[in-house]
Amino acid sequence: MAADSLEFYATDAHRYDELRDRTGALRPHWRPLIERLTADGPRAARRGVELAQRLIVENGVTYNVYADPQGKDRPWVLDPLPMVLPAAEWRQIEAGVAQRARLFDALLRDLYGSQQTLTSGVVPAELPFGHPNFLWPCHGMTPPDGQWLHVYAVDLARSPEGSWWVLADRTQTPSGTGYALENRQIVARVLPELIRELGVRPLTAFFANLRERLLAFAPEGETPLAVVLTPGSFNETYFEHAYLARQLGLPLVEGSDLTVRGDTVYLKTLTGLRRVHSILRRLDDDFCDPVELRADSALGVPGLLAAARAGRVMLANALGSGVLESAAWLGFMPGAAEQLLGEQLLLPSVATWWCGERPALEHVIANLDRLVIKPAFPSQRFEPVFGKYQSPTQRQRLIERLRSRPHAYVAQERLDLSQAPVWRSGETPGFAARSLGIRVYAIRTANGFEVMPGGLARIAGDSRVEIVSTQRGGGSKDVWVLGTTADEPQQLTPGARFRVRHDDLPSRLVENLYWFGRYAERCEDKVRLLRATLAVRADPEVWQRAKQACESFGVLRSDPRIAVALFDPDNPIGLTADLHRLVYCATEVRSRLSTEHWAAIGTLNRESQETTAALGEVVPPDPREVLDRLLAPLVALAGLALDDMTQDDGWRLLVLGRRLERLQFLATLISQRLTASTLASQAEVEWLLDIAGSTITYRMRYLAMPRIGSALDLLVHDGTNPRALAFQVLAIQDLLQRLSKSLGAAGDRSVESAFTQSLQPLLDVDLGTLEGEGHGAQAARSAFAAGLDALAAAAARLSDLLSSRHFSHVKSDMHTVAA
Amino acid sequence: MSAAVRYRIRHETAYAYGGNVMHSRQLLHLTPRSAPWQTCLAHGIELDPLPASRRDEPDAFGNTVTRLEFDRPHERLAVVATMEVEIKARPELDPGSTEPWERVRDELSYTGRPLAPRKLEVVRYRMQSPYVRVKHAFERYAQACFPAGQPILVGAELLMRKLHADLTYAPGETGIATPLMRIFETRRGVCQDYAHLMIACLRSFGLAARYVSGYLRTLPAAGATALVGADASHAWVAVYCPPLGWVELDPTNGIRAGLDHVALAWGRDFGDVSPLRGVIVGGGAHQPSVRVTVEPIASLS
Repeated sequence: MAADSLEFYATDAHRYDELRDRTGALRPHWRPLIERLTADGPRAARRGVELAQRLIVENGVTYNVYADPQGKDRPWVLDPLPMVLPAAEWRQIEAGVAQRARLFDALLRDLYGSQQTLTSGVVPAELPFGHPNFLWPCHGMTPPDGQWLHVYAVDLARSPEGSWWVLADRTQTPSGTGYALENRQIVARVLPELIRELGVRPLTAFFANLRERLLAFAPEGETPLAVVLTPGSFNETYFEHAYLARQLGLPLVEGSDLTVRGDTVYLKTLTGLRRVHSILRRLDDDFCDPVELRADSALGVPGLLAAARAGRVMLANALGSGVLESAAWLGFMPGAAEQLLGEQLLLPSVATWWCGERPALEHVIANLDRLVIKPAFPSQRFEPVFGKYQSPTQRQRLIERLRSRPHAYVAQERLDLSQAPVWRSGETPGFAARSLGIRVYAIRTANGFEVMPGGLARIAGDSRVEIVSTQRGGGSKDVWVLGTTADEPQQLTPGARFRVRHDDLPSRLVENLYWFGRYAERCEDKVRLLRATLAVRADPEVWQRAKQACESFGVLRSDPRIAVALFDPDNPIGLTADLHRLVYCATEVRSRLSTEHWAAIGTLNRESQETTAALGEVVPPDPREVLDRLLAPLVALAGLALDDMTQDDGWRLLVLGRRLERLQFLATLISQRLTASTLASQAEVEWLLDIAGSTITYRMRYLAMPRIGSALDLLVHDGTNPRALAFQVLAIQDLLQRLSKSLGAAGDRSVESAFTQSLQPLLDVDLGTLEGEGHGAQAARSAFAAGLDALAAAAARLSDLLSSRHFSHVKSDMHTVAA
Repeated sequence: MSAAVRYRIRHETAYAYGGNVMHSRQLLHLTPRSAPWQTCLAHGIELDPLPASRRDEPDAFGNTVTRLEFDRPHERLAVVATMEVEIKARPELDPGSTEPWERVRDELSYTGRPLAPRKLEVVRYRMQSPYVRVKHAFERYAQACFPAGQPILVGAELLMRKLHADLTYAPGETGIATPLMRIFETRRGVCQDYAHLMIACLRSFGLAARYVSGYLRTLPAAGATALVGADASHAWVAVYCPPLGWVELDPTNGIRAGLDHVALAWGRDFGDVSPLRGVIVGGGAHQPSVRVTVEPIASLS
């Protein structure tokens, strides 16, 4: 059996094999996993891969790559088969990674302080001074607690001899912790028993301690507030920012959500400015403050550096910590460890030469065939070059380059990465070999650096690829660190304590929640309108009127191709454009949305993209089918809004958005019909009821052929029908009351009362008088239509009021000036 | 020729914003540095409106930086810096006596041996910086100025004159966002561009060069010709030329800095020392007007 499943698992004499030893026997720490999976058979493997795939799509785990032809979001690739590490081996890695984190913290303190590593000659001054992330305005600063580094990551690979080597360090805003956690949660669904039986060490305490660390900086007596700062939803790892913020229970903010007054950082919340004590930043060093750093950064927070300089905010990591992200440092770390820590460096790194040293340069030129040439600084546009693949001319040019600016280049020995099994599904399931590296994380806690017992394994897309990188299209794996009885159960740091979280809703988040509500409802209304309209195509008279209604709402363009008329993405007020806006708002509020929510958004996004892509095809998509497929997730969103969210002020504004949108849509739709000179036919009333989703209710209640009077009773007067206008007004009134109670009295309430009062004239009308062909009935219908218009207008004014009251300080309208 | 000149300098910057600015942070480099040939006798910065906070501190390069925060709505901002500075004639230099440029480069390069703090300070100015990207094209352009064994100041002055000859002074055509390569291709720009280009060429040879922000005497001394760039703040270059130390060269005018040059601040490039920079919230369109006058109040023989 085992022989079968490993049929495609090739051995490679040049690589270390994670799975098998030199005799071909399974290594002991892999055996339980492989034996179990083999015993479960190929069908279980296929199910596992499919389940992981489905969870990734549903959870919307994405990795954005700017230039990806597949568009903004590319699904994360996870091989559900974990990378397994035994406890004893892990202890060595753990000690090495924690030491390295300590060393980098000390090195940052030195570089931004006395620079003894430079004057002593242990480290070349060219390395910090040539690095774009060495921020001179930070020179001489002392961060809170004197700590520069809080979160650290290191990329490790195993050499053919079996020891772990450092490939690269991440000291600025290490990415991947969120993916590691998400991977674990998905793999735990695929292999639940194995995780338990093998005693795989959990990751949860690591995140609790990170959160605790961030909150601990608040002085006694202040409610701690820490935030996750993201460059925004266009960043390649935005999913992770949102995911991490949700897991840590911290607000996800953009630069414009923060403001610095004096030397204090504040979050703009629904209830005013709230002091921010700590920032877990995912925004690059030089983008953080346009006053003192890159002036062209619109993503930063003006004055952040002043606040940091005054020691009023803890930044994880401190500004300028990106200076250590360069392969050029690797060769100098043993000396730095000796000078700064008085210790031997525990983890070796892959052999690296910085060409700025004359002897190193000559060595590199003499040994070009064995080496990869890389840029020393991230600002260089220079892709790694493999010496052995260069033609004689290319080689000559490369050498000239190295000689002309040697300090800008680094040479590394090529490392044959170790290989591990991945699951292959498809025709012949089993295991295949892929090369891999692992990323390991450390965070600072009260007791020094703590290493996450696990990490992110990254696998090459193809077994021969020499560089493993997520941006280059590889995949990922969970890392299982096996427990032993000697391992104590994971403990939270002693300081860890439960804290009540304030309701710190960033204003921008709330604004996006409001528009998320509005667009979700708008899309649903438009889908219902189009669906009901396509259903009456057989009746020319109704069809004509229904088409007019669609045109007036902008959802039907004049185009003989019906699918184009409905789904043209270039129609700025069409359904497709509104779906885009909905997805955009959802992305912006992602840290607040549950997995189920996100699954519905994912479906809408896919349907919409597929429809747009199919518009030009010979057989265009069938509009009614598309609308049906869109309606289901939209209805799901409506249900989730009621049932799946914490009912705080952010939620209230979301629901307000939905209610106001529904009210304006329905009032406008009915008013349009009533202003026509003729009485609505039975078929037209049925069409109206269909749009309002009230056909069944009508039949149950009136047991009669649809008439306009009783339909209006149901759609306007009825305070118990959740689709009726009266119901919306009552619900809005209730939400507004709760909001003002929670946010404090809002002063002038004339717009609110004008809104609620505009319902009364409609309730006073005897709906029976609207039925009939005579002038009197027609006048009564016009008057009723005018009342509906007034209600819709009052709703629009109320929406404007909400914007100016709750969202006005969102727009930061920031300019940089220079003279 | 006078041995020293005393200047009164007035540098006015006025912002008329398109609307109310609600909040603003400004960073000023408007305090003259001291140097053996330059003494600041009096200095003041007047602000209208008054800021909520003001701090004057040394920056990482030893310049005085003034940090301001305004937290009340305002529609205009006036910054008036006034100063009295005495400039002494600098000693006569013999460019031929400076060290060969390769030796200067090698002495500043990493060898694994301890580096004196004074030299460490020089190394700051050898590397690429945000506004000075070092390209191979610059090295090729300046190649003829630095043959083997060329004394460094001879080479630097050749380069300065080459730039002065090759570039056309073209006010208003470039801005701080104009990439250096574009200046290099069009060969047109203002003092800032001349300085950045010269620094890039020098750094492409591994030499140390810094950007000096300052002023020029407005009206020429009797019998002299007017200098270019005298109606606004000016910029030039300092080159590290051992054993003389830093020597200041003005590529816009093709001359060594002398009695007509008053230095405000220096750094790796314009970004480190821009006279005024800041971020405003609100305000809309804004067009600063800048006036600089540099008048001699006394010539001392």
